[in-house]
Amino acid sequence: MIEARGLTKLFHHKKRGQIRAVDNVDFRCEPGRIFGLLGVNGAGKTTCLRLLATILGPTSGTASVNGFDIVAAPEKVRASIGFLSTATALYGRLTAFEVVEYFGRLHGMADSVLHPRIDALFQALAMNEFRDRRCDRLSTGMKQKTSIARTLVHDPPVMIFDEPTLGLDVLTARTVLGFIRECGQRGKTVIFSTHVMSEVEKLCDSIAIIHGGRILAEGDLAQLRARTGVESLEDIFIRVVEEHA
Amino acid sequence: MNLRPVAIVYRKEWRDLLRDWRTVMSMIVVPVVIAPMIILGVLKIVNLTMKQESKVMLLGGDGSPQAVAALRRLNKFDLVPASPDYTNLISTKQIRAAVEIPSDFDAAVAQGRKTTIRIYTYDGEPKSMQAAGQLEEFFEHRRQEIVRSRLLERLLPETLVTPFEVKRSNVASPKQVTGVVVGMILPYLMIVMCLVGATYPAIDMTAGEKERGTLETLLSSPVARTHLVLGKGLVVLTASLATAALSFSSNGLALVFFRTSRFAKLPLALDPLALAGVCVVLIPLAIFLSSVTVTVGLFARSSREANTYLQPLLLLAIIPALLAALPGVDFNYGLAFIPVLNMSLLCKELLTGTCHWGHVLVVFGSMTVYAALAVAAAVALFKRESVLFRT
Ligand SMILES: Nc1ncnc2c1ncn2[C@@H]1O[C@H](COP(=O)(O)OP(=O)(O)OP(=O)(O)O)[C@@H](O)[C@H]1O
Ligand SMILES: [Mg+2]
Repeated sequence: MIEARGLTKLFHHKKRGQIRAVDNVDFRCEPGRIFGLLGVNGAGKTTCLRLLATILGPTSGTASVNGFDIVAAPEKVRASIGFLSTATALYGRLTAFEVVEYFGRLHGMADSVLHPRIDALFQALAMNEFRDRRCDRLSTGMKQKTSIARTLVHDPPVMIFDEPTLGLDVLTARTVLGFIRECGQRGKTVIFSTHVMSEVEKLCDSIAIIHGGRILAEGDLAQLRARTGVESLEDIFIRVVEEHA
Repeated sequence: MNLRPVAIVYRKEWRDLLRDWRTVMSMIVVPVVIAPMIILGVLKIVNLTMKQESKVMLLGGDGSPQAVAALRRLNKFDLVPASPDYTNLISTKQIRAAVEIPSDFDAAVAQGRKTTIRIYTYDGEPKSMQAAGQLEEFFEHRRQEIVRSRLLERLLPETLVTPFEVKRSNVASPKQVTGVVVGMILPYLMIVMCLVGATYPAIDMTAGEKERGTLETLLSSPVARTHLVLGKGLVVLTASLATAALSFSSNGLALVFFRTSRFAKLPLALDPLALAGVCVVLIPLAIFLSSVTVTVGLFARSSREANTYLQPLLLLAIIPALLAALPGVDFNYGLAFIPVLNMSLLCKELLTGTCHWGHVLVVFGSMTVYAALAVAAAVALFKRESVLFRT
C-alpha cells in the first residue's frame, strides 16, 4: 500500500530558478494492483518515485509506504520496497550473482536464506547462463534482469519501477512487463512510471496522468474514458493535458 | 550502533576495488615498485655524478714537474692540456675548473720564495665548487707536508706553527644521525603515500559511483547513509595506511639492499619506540586525509572533477611536509595545531631521539579532533541530496 498526501518537491536551479518537480500530489496504490504513472519527459515521474523510495526527501507533504512514513521512517520504507529506475545501475566489476547477493545482505538477509532465494530467482528469470559474468559484460536485457533480481531478492511487499522497459527490445520488454504483472498477481503493491501508452493500457489497474509535477487525472481506464469521452489512452492523455494547459 | 551493514559495505567495496587494475596500481605498484625506484634512481645518479672525475685544465707548470706529477698521482681529476679559452670553457661548463701552477713553482718552494697557485672557478656552480675544493685540499695538504719537513730539517717542534689542533667529534648516537636524515624524508613520504593510497579508492567509491549510476541503487537499500559512508571511509583508510606501510617497508628494504655510498656512511639504525610513535600519530592523520578525500569525492560530480580538486590538495599537503623538513623549523605549540605540519614536526623530533610526551599528546589530540571533524563533514555531505544529485 502506498498513500501520498500533498507530496511536493521543489528544486532550486541556478538558471531555471525554482522548479516544482512534484506539486501537491495525492494518490493511493492498493496491494495486488498495478498503478501506472503516465507522463511526458520532465513531468516529474522520476522525482515522484524517488520521493517514495526516500532517495529524496519531500519539501512538504508526505507519503506512507507499507505503513511507514517516508519522512519519519525512511529506513523502514526502504526495507519494504524494491526500487528500480533508469538511474539504478549495477556494479560493473561485480558479477550478476555478487550484485544480487550484496543487496540481499544489505537487506539483512542471512546467507542460509539468501542463497536459496537467489537460486530460485535466477532460475525464474533464466539468468543462470550469465550468473558469474561481470555486469559490465552483460547485454542491456541481462542487466535489466539482474536489476529485477536485485529489487526482488528480499521479496518486498512494494515495488517501485521507473520506466523499466526503457531501451529494451520487444522481447525483453515483454519479459519485464510479465514480471511486473506477476508481482501484482502475488499481492504486491506495484507502482510504475512510463511514457508508453500501450504498456499502461495492457498492464495497469489504475492510472495517474502526471504533468508539470501535478496529477491531472486518476482512475482506471473505464473511469478515464467516461471522464474525457474518448476511447484510446493516447487521446485521453492529450485531452487531459490540454484541459489544463 | 549496528556494525554489520558497515562490514558488508566494507567487504563489498574491497572486492570491487581490487578488481580494478588502477587501484592495484595506485595502492601496490606505485609505493612498492615505483617510489623506491625513483628514490634509488636519484641516489644512483647523484652518486655517479659525484664519482665522475671532473675535468680540470692545467695551466703552466712546465718548469715544476714535481707539483704536476703529484697532482696527476692524485687521480681525482681528468687533467686536460692548457688552452687559451679556459675562461670560456669554464663558464660553458665544459671543464669544471682550471689550475695555474707558475713554471718556477718547484724552484720557488725550494728556495723559500713566496709563490701563488691560482684556481679558476665558476662560483656557485656545485661541480665547479667541488673541484675547486678538492684542488685546495690537495695543495693545502702539500703545503703542510712542506712545512713539516722544513721544521724537521731545522730540528724545530711542529707546535711552532701548529700550536693546537681543532677536531670535531660526533656525540649524537648513530640512531640520532640516521634520525635526522630519515626524519626529513619519512614524514614527507608517509603523507604523500597516505594521500596517494586514499585518492583513487575515495574517488572511485564516491564520484565514480555517481558517474556510473550505482549510487542511487545503493541509496535505495535500507542501510543508513551514515553506515554507507563509514564503510566506504574505512576502505579508504585501510588503503591509505596499507599504501603508507607498503611504501615504508619497500623503501626501507631498498635502502638496506642497495646502500649507496651516500647512505653507507649512515648507520641504518632507528629507534623502534620512535617508529612506533610515528605510527601512532599517523593513524589520526590518515583518518583525516581519508575523510577529506571522501568528502571531496562526494562533492564532485565526476571522477574528473574530483581529480581536479584533489591534485591541489596533494600539493597543499606536501607543503607543510616540506616546511617541516627545513633545517631550523622545530616543534612549537603554535605549529602543533596546524594539521599535517604538526605531524611532520613531531616525526622529525621523535626520530632524532627527543621525545616529549606533551608534544605527542598535543599532536595526537589535535589531529584526532581534525580527523573527527573531517569524518563528520563526510557523513554530513553524504546526507545532503543537493550534493548527491548535483546537476
Ligand atoms: N536534482 C535535480 N535538481 C534540479 N532539478 C531537477 C532535479 N531532478 C529533476 N529535476 C527537474 O525536475 C523536473 C522533473 O524531472 P523528472 O526527472 O522527475 O521527470 P521525469 O518525468 O522522470 O522525466 P523523464 O521522462 O525525462 O525521465 C524536471 O524539470 C527536471 O529538470
Ligand atoms: Mg525519469
